[in-house]
Amino acid sequence: MNELKRGREGWRRVIWRFSRDRIALASLVFLFCIITVSLLAPVLGLPDPTRIDLTKRLSPPGTPGHPLGTDEFGRDCLSRLVWGGRVSISVGFFAVLAAMAAGVLIGVFSGFMGGWWDLLIMRFIDVLMAFPYILLAIAIIAALGPGLVNTMVALAIADIPYYARIARGSVLAIMEKEFVQAARALGASPTRVLFRHVMLNMFAPVIVAATLDVGWMIMAGAGMSFLGLGAQPPTAEWGLMLSYGSKYLRTAPHLSVFPGLVISSVVLALNFVGDGLRDALDPKIQRY
Amino acid sequence: MFSYTIRRLLLLFPVLIGVSFFVFLTMHLAPGDPVMIMLGPRATQQAIERLRHELGLDRPFLVQYFTWLHRVLRGDWGRSIQLRREVLPLILSRFGFTAMLGFTAIFIASTGGILAGLGAAFKRHTVWDRLFTFFAILGFSIPVFWLGLILQMIFSLRFNLFPVSGVSSATGGGTLDVLHHLVLPSFTLAAEPMALIGRMTRSSLLEVVQEDYIKTARAKGLEEGVVLAKHALKNAFIPVLTVIGMQLGFVLAGSVFVEVIFSWPGIGAIMINGILARDFPLVQGAILIISLSYVLLNLAVDLLYAYVNPMIRYE
Repeated sequence: MNELKRGREGWRRVIWRFSRDRIALASLVFLFCIITVSLLAPVLGLPDPTRIDLTKRLSPPGTPGHPLGTDEFGRDCLSRLVWGGRVSISVGFFAVLAAMAAGVLIGVFSGFMGGWWDLLIMRFIDVLMAFPYILLAIAIIAALGPGLVNTMVALAIADIPYYARIARGSVLAIMEKEFVQAARALGASPTRVLFRHVMLNMFAPVIVAATLDVGWMIMAGAGMSFLGLGAQPPTAEWGLMLSYGSKYLRTAPHLSVFPGLVISSVVLALNFVGDGLRDALDPKIQRY
Repeated sequence: MFSYTIRRLLLLFPVLIGVSFFVFLTMHLAPGDPVMIMLGPRATQQAIERLRHELGLDRPFLVQYFTWLHRVLRGDWGRSIQLRREVLPLILSRFGFTAMLGFTAIFIASTGGILAGLGAAFKRHTVWDRLFTFFAILGFSIPVFWLGLILQMIFSLRFNLFPVSGVSSATGGGTLDVLHHLVLPSFTLAAEPMALIGRMTRSSLLEVVQEDYIKTARAKGLEEGVVLAKHALKNAFIPVLTVIGMQLGFVLAGSVFVEVIFSWPGIGAIMINGILARDFPLVQGAILIISLSYVLLNLAVDLLYAYVNPMIRYE
């Protein structure tokens, strides 16, 4: 009961510290709005994002009925941006969730078991880290074939080493702490030590890393679609919109400006939230 | 330093074996039978079996890997299905362009980042510092593929200052012409590393100037310039060097986007075309050469790091 109360108080302090960071808070509100609008896309009464109307192709922003203009097939840009958000943000979140789950499991197992297991797993992780991240993702997509789901899987696999390293490092550091040794001395089983003490205490670094990582993943996912490896036409997706928009830089710059602006703002907001969260969770870490 | 170099070189072999194994594995797992791609849908079963045997595809996986590795080491990287040319000469002919782009970008990012970071540290808590922080955060939040398009839009299409794409003009104009074409792609690629290098320079210098040995240097009566140049900067650059090393990977992989946007004839652009055309020998070769370059560049950075920071050598 006492532990529960202390846990609650800890979280209250984190929330209080986070709410004092105005930029982080504003970014969180912005992200909430973007995600809500994306989720509500079907009920917002927007035109079908895939409906082609060649009579209205490449209309500039401000055209009646199309506030952000239309693309080369006369499809409404605002609608495609909102629907595209569902795809782009989902890719980022799911890739991070999958990578985090697998990476933490591998890292904890490796750090907790030690010995040969640790050596073997870490050498494998080293090999994956010998590739630049994006190249590794591209290599996996090359093997799986282009497509949205494959991109998500590739981004997640390429990201596993990142979490495995963080988790392993945290486990090794926490295992050395006095409270773990105390728990062991009191006769706690390895499973209890692992779940009750180690896993709970590595939550903070992993969650901060994940928040900062979602932005990267959204960017990487959009990047893959931009290259033609991710979402395929006629799907509305930010990177794909940019890719098609890049062919009309002179005649219809709005096709490239809006999707890029949205991706950048979301990534920027996620970076601010991540920074704020890191400061709130561990005030000892100084922001550089 | 010598023994460290030897140790580091020995460590290189398992990594190289691992990288080559992974590249082979990914292409081996790729859907689609290479024999079917080469012979077409009308091939007889007998012809398929014969070619499969000739190519060694009916042998165990590990045997196939070592045969492939042996061929790769001898310089036989296979033939591109789409371009019908030997992969290795094709990739090497493109490698220079990727290297040129990458080195220019890392040079711009390092000099720009270090200078901006130092400026921000010296003018701490002023409007310049805040402006620097703002641009630095912006620098790594803007996707490289969007920045490229925006720079094209502003500097090529609007003000006509730089060429939109390509590596040289149709008329051909020598080195200056190539450099003119290189400006936008290299700045696009340099933006994100520059932001990170700048932030690291600022924070590292601010941390170092609080160290006791700096106070001692000042107490000895050394001039501020000497304290900074001989004591602070040298130590502050150690973590900056690490960040520069880490950015090499970004620059190598990010060049894929830049090459596609600016039609820069490097390896990244043909690799993406290869993936879309299911040209596996070409993709395999491109991935292998980029990752090998990354591993070797990392080795160079590690050696440089050990040279700058003697503590590493004695670990």
